[in-house]
Amino acid sequence: MEYEVLWYLIIGILLMGYAVLDGFDLGVGALHLFAKGDHQRRLMLNSIGPVWDGNEVWLITAGGALFAAFPEIYATAFSSFYLPFMFLLFALIFRAVSIEFRSKEQSPKWRSFWDVSFSVGSILASILYGVAIGNVINGFPIGADHEFQGNVLSLITPYTLLTGLFSLVLFSMHASLYLILKTEGELQSKIKKIAFKLFGAFFILYALLTIITLFKHPEMLANFSFGKITPLTPHPLILKNQIALSYFAWTVVLLNLLAIVNIPRCLIKGLELQGFLSSAASILAVVMFFALGLFPNMLISNISSDYSLDIYNGSSSPYTLKTMFHVAIWGMPFVLIYTTLIYRTYRGKTKITQDSY
Amino acid sequence: MDVEILSRIQFGLTAMFHFIFPPFSIGLGLLLVIYESLYLLTKKSVYEKITRFWIKIFAANFSVGVATGIVLEFEFGTNWSKYSRFVGDIFGSPLAAEGIFAFFLESGFLAILLFGWNRVKPITHWFSTLMVALGSMMSAFWIIVANSWQQTPVAYKIVEQNGSSRAIITDFWEVVFNPSSMPRFFHTILGSYLQGSFLVISICAFYLLKNKHQEFAKKSIFIALSVAVLSSVAQPLLGHWHAQVVAKYQPVKMAAYEGHFETSSNAPLTLFGWVDKESQTTYGVKVPGLLSFLIAGKTDHTVLGLNEVDQELWPNINQVFQSYHLMIAIGMVLILISFVSLYWHFRKKLYDKKWLLKLYIPSVLLPIMANQAGWFSAERGRQPWIVQGLLKTSEGISPSIASWEVLTSLTFFILIYILLFFSWVYILNKEIQHGPDSHENIESGYQKNKLFLNSGGTSGV
Repeated sequence: MEYEVLWYLIIGILLMGYAVLDGFDLGVGALHLFAKGDHQRRLMLNSIGPVWDGNEVWLITAGGALFAAFPEIYATAFSSFYLPFMFLLFALIFRAVSIEFRSKEQSPKWRSFWDVSFSVGSILASILYGVAIGNVINGFPIGADHEFQGNVLSLITPYTLLTGLFSLVLFSMHASLYLILKTEGELQSKIKKIAFKLFGAFFILYALLTIITLFKHPEMLANFSFGKITPLTPHPLILKNQIALSYFAWTVVLLNLLAIVNIPRCLIKGLELQGFLSSAASILAVVMFFALGLFPNMLISNISSDYSLDIYNGSSSPYTLKTMFHVAIWGMPFVLIYTTLIYRTYRGKTKITQDSY
Repeated sequence: MDVEILSRIQFGLTAMFHFIFPPFSIGLGLLLVIYESLYLLTKKSVYEKITRFWIKIFAANFSVGVATGIVLEFEFGTNWSKYSRFVGDIFGSPLAAEGIFAFFLESGFLAILLFGWNRVKPITHWFSTLMVALGSMMSAFWIIVANSWQQTPVAYKIVEQNGSSRAIITDFWEVVFNPSSMPRFFHTILGSYLQGSFLVISICAFYLLKNKHQEFAKKSIFIALSVAVLSSVAQPLLGHWHAQVVAKYQPVKMAAYEGHFETSSNAPLTLFGWVDKESQTTYGVKVPGLLSFLIAGKTDHTVLGLNEVDQELWPNINQVFQSYHLMIAIGMVLILISFVSLYWHFRKKLYDKKWLLKLYIPSVLLPIMANQAGWFSAERGRQPWIVQGLLKTSEGISPSIASWEVLTSLTFFILIYILLFFSWVYILNKEIQHGPDSHENIESGYQKNKLFLNSGGTSGV
């Protein structure tokens, strides 16, 4: 396989890891204020206490990998989304320090300040991710020099707001299943009630968004179409593999449907781990659909398709791609080992101890 | 103000604010490894108390470091898109390596460091501490590799792509071990050890003066002082190594460090002074020939002066000069403090010297200032280049962003960082006032672990 394709896969894997892992801790933040009383709120925080930092590293590494492998994409995306990304940073800063600072002081005012900043930061970050993804699907004004030609308002459209809302609901639902796994008693029954509602909202939004996207951006279906739809940029590699890609894509669709149906089943039957894994699978599928629909493009210009960036005109030199691929291959097993070890060590219901937040 | 100035102010401020925290993590990381090793070797509960207390201080610091660090990774792309396109092929690689090798290691084991006391065996906890310390140093390594390449670019070629020129790697390992990366890495690490150890020294001196937590404070401060003495003495040697590399590869920066205008042999070293750019004179106390001697080992060595290049290629001489000299002056003070401490330690009167303990309390500010000043002079001294000799800072800016946008983000950064800083100081102060948990309050790792293992494994599902 070409290194450009391999790197597209690696970035995709990092983003999937990020969405599945930080997805639930962002969602816990979004649901944080539903928990009442200090004890419940500490349980919420400590359910993600040992893992949120590691989860965020997936984003940092995805950012670094994008910079290394696709510097043009990194430069265009980050400078185009200047203010949204700045507010994403503020949101992430507030989340991080809120978790650390909140329980270090008894004062109720202090605690409720950081509770609110944790929750607002999480909600804002979740929405902004969705808005960014919506803009990538929509396309935005990229000029001949690959620099952004629009302004911040051109990034906010009904469609991108809908994708923003969807990512918030998706992460919140994911978090509710995670919290069911990590909590018990009163808090758990409260979360269970919320989980049903969130699943309903997720289901409706997912269906709505799929239909709108199919009408608005039929080109996103090229890699699902067994060659019936011509891709936006007909690279020979894509044309040659469209059939195989379509088989893969439809397998994901099928598995995704099964996972989604399984969520309410698990909620009713009390299958905590399976419910969480099903929502994790749904998030993986959402990111995969996005990646499959876009491939091999990465950023689409709505001025001219000549100005769009794909895995070929956006990538680093072959030497860098090859060298960094080896670095990634050496590093990834370690990443998986740490992640597994941490989640194994902290499995089970969250308890408040003297070391807790 | 224009986008370039605002972006430079924003990057400078966010980088400097961030760099308050990582040196603490690196320095405290080393001390934690030593403290916890002593705990494992001696099994004395005081060392557990020590380790646990400094882990708390470490945690508050670490989280602000993480939160402010991610900002910098974003800012290359948001504010410096032309720069990112130009250097991405080279600069992005160490950043990705930092994520894969350092951040995952750090964050994974940090979870055990903070919350694992009763979940894992003591040896596993110790190993986690070691890995977190190692991770923080590896992180420093990769980011300094990236920064050093901008100072001393090697192993690249310039190609045309998408209608603009960019630098691409010709040899990965040559980029990693570019001429300045190793001296700068070790120099930064020692600076971090100083900052971490002086934090411990400062807090322990406070306890000793207040007559609180005596055993805890004496054992903590002894190790910290040992690290401080060794680091402060070794630091000028590494600084010297680094300065020689600067003189060789960035002679204009070196000339700015010393306010050296005319190329000459027997070049003097100014101990302290003032640079007057108009009259091209550096006033101050000078040692004749010392600059030549330090650079080349002989006084008749010719040192390039600023006038060899166009004034447009000068950095702000006085700022660079003053920050560089401030760093060196503080370094000297730290050595002095170290030797005075050593003297009273061997006379076994260290803890009776009230004036010395009083001096220790604010002393943590010194390495913070030296680290900030050192980086300030290194980055400011590279101007007007963003990549030395290849790309000017003004050519690196994102053309698509508006000045009101940068002004907005800059204002938010200032407000948020002020809030963060005071909250961090508040929490730190609270932890210090609270002090280490007394022995009755902490369930010993060993005892708890025994119970925990007997009860048949984890306490959860």
